[in-house]
Amino acid sequence: MDHKRYFFEKFGVTERLLERCLGEALSAGGDYADLYFESVAATSLGLDESIVKSASQGVSAGCGVRVVSGERTGYAYTDDLSADRLLRAARTAALIASGPAKQPVQGFTETSTPDLYPAPAADLDTDLSAKLDLVVRADRAARRYDRRITQVRASYADELRRILIAASDGTFASDTQPLARMNVFVLAKDAERTARGTSGGGGRVEIGYFTGAKGPEFFATEAARTAVLQLSAVPAPAGEMEVVLGPGWPGVLLHEAVGHGLEADFNRKKTSAFAGMMGRQVASSKVTVVDNGCMPSRRGSLNVDDEGSETQETVLIENGVLKGYLSDKLSARLMGIPSTGNGRRESYQQIPMPRMTNTYMLSGEDDPEDILRSVKRGLYAVNFGGGQVDITSGKFVFSASEAYLIEDGKVTAPVRDATLIGNGPEALKYVSMVGNDLALDEGIGTCGKDGQSVPVGVGMPTIKLDRMTVGGTGR
Amino acid sequence: MTTAALSGIRLSQLAADIVARALRAGASDAEVTIREGDEFSTTVRLGEVETLKESGSRGVGLRVLLQADKGYRVASTSSSDFTPEGIDHLVRGAIALAAVASVDPFAGLGERDEFGQLSGDLALCHDDVYSLPTEERIAWARRAEAAAMAVDTRIVNSDGASFDAATGRRVFANSRDFVGEYTSSYCSIAASPLAQGSDGQMQRDYWWSQARAFRDLESPESVGLEAARRTLRMLDARRVPTQQAPVIFAPEVARGLVGAVFDAAAGDAVYRGASILAGKIGETVAAPSVTVVDDGTIPGGFGTSPFDAEGLPSRRTVIIENGVLRSYVLNVYAARKLGLKSTGNAGRGLAGNPFLDAGNLFLQAGTQSADEMIAGVERGLYVTRLMGQGVNLVTGDYSRGATGLWIENGEFAYPVQEVTIAGNLMHMLRNITAIGSDLVFRSATAAPTLRIDGMTIAGE
Repeated sequence: MDHKRYFFEKFGVTERLLERCLGEALSAGGDYADLYFESVAATSLGLDESIVKSASQGVSAGCGVRVVSGERTGYAYTDDLSADRLLRAARTAALIASGPAKQPVQGFTETSTPDLYPAPAADLDTDLSAKLDLVVRADRAARRYDRRITQVRASYADELRRILIAASDGTFASDTQPLARMNVFVLAKDAERTARGTSGGGGRVEIGYFTGAKGPEFFATEAARTAVLQLSAVPAPAGEMEVVLGPGWPGVLLHEAVGHGLEADFNRKKTSAFAGMMGRQVASSKVTVVDNGCMPSRRGSLNVDDEGSETQETVLIENGVLKGYLSDKLSARLMGIPSTGNGRRESYQQIPMPRMTNTYMLSGEDDPEDILRSVKRGLYAVNFGGGQVDITSGKFVFSASEAYLIEDGKVTAPVRDATLIGNGPEALKYVSMVGNDLALDEGIGTCGKDGQSVPVGVGMPTIKLDRMTVGGTGR
Repeated sequence: MTTAALSGIRLSQLAADIVARALRAGASDAEVTIREGDEFSTTVRLGEVETLKESGSRGVGLRVLLQADKGYRVASTSSSDFTPEGIDHLVRGAIALAAVASVDPFAGLGERDEFGQLSGDLALCHDDVYSLPTEERIAWARRAEAAAMAVDTRIVNSDGASFDAATGRRVFANSRDFVGEYTSSYCSIAASPLAQGSDGQMQRDYWWSQARAFRDLESPESVGLEAARRTLRMLDARRVPTQQAPVIFAPEVARGLVGAVFDAAAGDAVYRGASILAGKIGETVAAPSVTVVDDGTIPGGFGTSPFDAEGLPSRRTVIIENGVLRSYVLNVYAARKLGLKSTGNAGRGLAGNPFLDAGNLFLQAGTQSADEMIAGVERGLYVTRLMGQGVNLVTGDYSRGATGLWIENGEFAYPVQEVTIAGNLMHMLRNITAIGSDLVFRSATAAPTLRIDGMTIAGE
């Protein structure tokens, strides 16, 4: 797939211009320079109170120029892609270095990219009525689920991101990255209480994805089911107890507990609680965790990362032992470790850094039913909101939005929202059972780091943690 | 860095032109937002420059309304392309998109007599933000980090220190003859040191100062010292047993509660019945000592603007007065849904419908010093940092990860981590039993120290 032609044809970018800009970027020295061109077209539709209240489309384009000199990074960007402005941005980024000019590598080597996701040729505004149909159907399905559903908000959003990367080390890469997502938010109301339920999903997919099994009816029913369930929820328990996490999105545990702590920048700077722990036991021997950027159609997947490197599957923890970091070009060079293709950025206005893609735990051998039966008194959490981690102390939280009490091996009452808290380098040591039912999330994850948001995926089989602190108000 | 300063008149004219073009293309009403900004940032780590970033960008958004029998169809477009073809695409795209939207009986711009803007100098933009040469800005970040590192040998590492500066221009025009624009400036300095305790565990905290004028920024040394003090006091933190005990929220976390009050009073949550404060105007919702105000008019404030994102003048709204819910916060749409008037709290992105946004939001100061409040607690938790999402505004359920200091007989005993605090926002507001005198606007939302009784602390 030839993704670069878009920039060549629409913005008049030429290989000669790329070489000139890289030469200008290294005009005061430096070890490395790159250019990141980005053009994004986005559509979003919102339905509220059974009518389509919002419809919007946006386009943006720009280029970021980076110059790296030792551990120093200079950065400038422009939303005007004329040669004049590109060269000016390159001169601004060059200010980070102070030495004799360097020459970029002559001639580019194009990174070969797989086709992990569809690359629509046209802009995405062609299927507008089909997109509208999705939110209308979600509204109907949610209201049909139960008479107690009083409010439904449904949204559909997609974007098509085109990127082109050229670097002084000869890297040349381009990609066209679709991303689509549906969300449903509902309120259920009875005589005494009001409760909310949310659901959503998508990935690097075209609209056809939503006409399959994971369509508006699926997400609407899920949201409605959760809201109705919450009407009868009891207070969540408080304190340390056995916790069983269901398959799929509860994998956000891994993202917070270990994923961020294994991003190479934090370990290069030794600010991570995992610094210096390579090769050490950081989890139960039943735990193997990978980050995989090359899964077809997944929200966190990329044909090529935002530095033009190929993405890959990286083993982070193998049988409980810490095996690898997630790196970008800068940290790979400074730490002398392999680049794992995890250099990502939110947009052309941002400096790339090591980020996760799709992070999940591999299946074990336990039957999920057996896992639940083994718990005397504990919490069974199957769905979550987001999470957060303090990289340095290792403390992390994630918030359960659908969870149940487990009493004598049986799943009983649903509980109200509660935050779970743990310590990253310790928490996974308490994993005593791992189910055989690995599932990935529905495609709703967005990860924030240093003010930059990128789409990610998580996954996990059913697991049992012998201890974890549940932040409820009950006994 | 003078592009923003030169282009104001031209951008106001452009915004008005785009409104006129949208009307000619068939829109019944139109709104145009233009934003332009320059940013500078540098980070220094262990004395060396780590990043240096300097750039500017701009964007334009158009929202069109097409009149139908009983309401309007609404759609919006945004772009970074200011060429004539780009603007043409923006206008045609919005009109085409609106044709497929539903007719919304409550959509529409404000009434003519509602539009307007505050007069006089609101002191939002100061040239001195960019007067400091790059080398000096780097030196400021370096000084903040050095001050933190020098405090104690237990400060062993650094997540860096930063200096940021930005200027921005915002232009808004609509088809009811409103045209307005203003510029604002901002600069900040921050430091984030790491310390290691006797148990080998690392801790990191940070401190910052931000200001609209460079001359109002606190010294790098004071920022570094405070960052170090905050980090060092967390060394050798431990957990506490699960229990109910009074919780004191330090100002930097108390402001999150004030933010939750704003979100619960937001008109869109209210008309959907998605808020615990819906339908409670005139009712007692908090302790009698609690007054929460949103004021977008304070000169120099971080949340000040001459007009909101719909062209209505910013104003002061008392949300809770002596514990009684007095007002929701509204934009034109939410107000129309509720049969009320907008409180001038519209915010918006370049594309999309207006949402609700706070100005300078605060909980009014009490009379006790923070020290007196701590001295009044026999056993309890002083919270300095919170993690996680917090509060479910539909049910009021509140549960967050907490870090802080344990209070024993009115004094700090030891640092605490890896615990949660939980309760229900409605109970928490009623159980505010003490309010500090230490209200300082370090950002647009501010609160003094607050004591809340009856929360559950979950730990060991």
